[in-house]
Amino acid sequence: MKAVVHVMPKLSVLDPQGAAVAQAMTHHGLNGVGRVRVGKLIEIELSASADEAALHTLCRELLSNPVIEDYTLEITA
Amino acid sequence: MKFAVLRFPGSNCDQDCLFALNALPKASAEAVWHKDAALPECDVVVVPGGFSYGDYLRCGAIARFSPIMQAVKEFATTGGTVIGICNGFQILCEAGLLPGALVRNRDLHFICEHRAVRVETPDSRFTRNAPAGTVLNLPIAHGEGCYFADDATMLALKKNRQILLRYCDSRGRTTDDANPNGSRSNIAGICNRERNVFGLMPHPERACDPLLGSTDGLAIFESLLA
Repeated sequence: MKAVVHVMPKLSVLDPQGAAVAQAMTHHGLNGVGRVRVGKLIEIELSASADEAALHTLCRELLSNPVIEDYTLEITA
Repeated sequence: MKFAVLRFPGSNCDQDCLFALNALPKASAEAVWHKDAALPECDVVVVPGGFSYGDYLRCGAIARFSPIMQAVKEFATTGGTVIGICNGFQILCEAGLLPGALVRNRDLHFICEHRAVRVETPDSRFTRNAPAGTVLNLPIAHGEGCYFADDATMLALKKNRQILLRYCDSRGRTTDDANPNGSRSNIAGICNRERNVFGLMPHPERACDPLLGSTDGLAIFESLLA
């Protein structure tokens, strides 16, 4: 089993990294670049017995900071 | 007055804090390893600056789960005095002892320079020796010092006069130009609602000796000792 956690800055939080990447993309000649946001992707290898509720707790308390970030958790076989 | 200075893997301002505090006539400071489960007998806990756990995941995110932090939480909730400086401020926010969070500086630069900050209120044990409007010249050294909180939290901070320090120009004006990192409302330091936990991005411990270019950091430590 594998869990994939996406952590993204909330829309209300300034993401200067995303803005810098957007600017660099424009400098590279890509037209039509709008807002870019940079987040994190965390892959977790799990044994079959892993508890989904416990993973959500972990996402809220450790892997993301709910003050500034949102997360999504995906568990695959 | 006894100070306990926490030490995490990656702390690098713990020695500066110990040095600055032990130089004060009425203070003694000792280091406490993060794996300790209990605090020594002390009046103030200092969470120093640095890069605890290499700033992995988020600044302060891993340090806040260190064994000593449970003891710090209990100390704080029973009214004990806690001061978090730079990475220490980030750790206190991650631990939920202070509201909000510190995110990447708006220009993405790591900023290491002296900055003016204005004392907003002497109504705290950390600022009682500095009248409102006092401008302090303190060093900052951070890449993630942009204070963020949602609108409701910002309102509460203002209403409860929890904002203790704001970035300003040399004349005390809190303009956007004087804001080094994009912090909301130029916030450089806040306390909790109970006013016993204080977090700030500037380093008062690096401004306690004339050799270092400023002694304005003493205003904070001498307030604690007053």
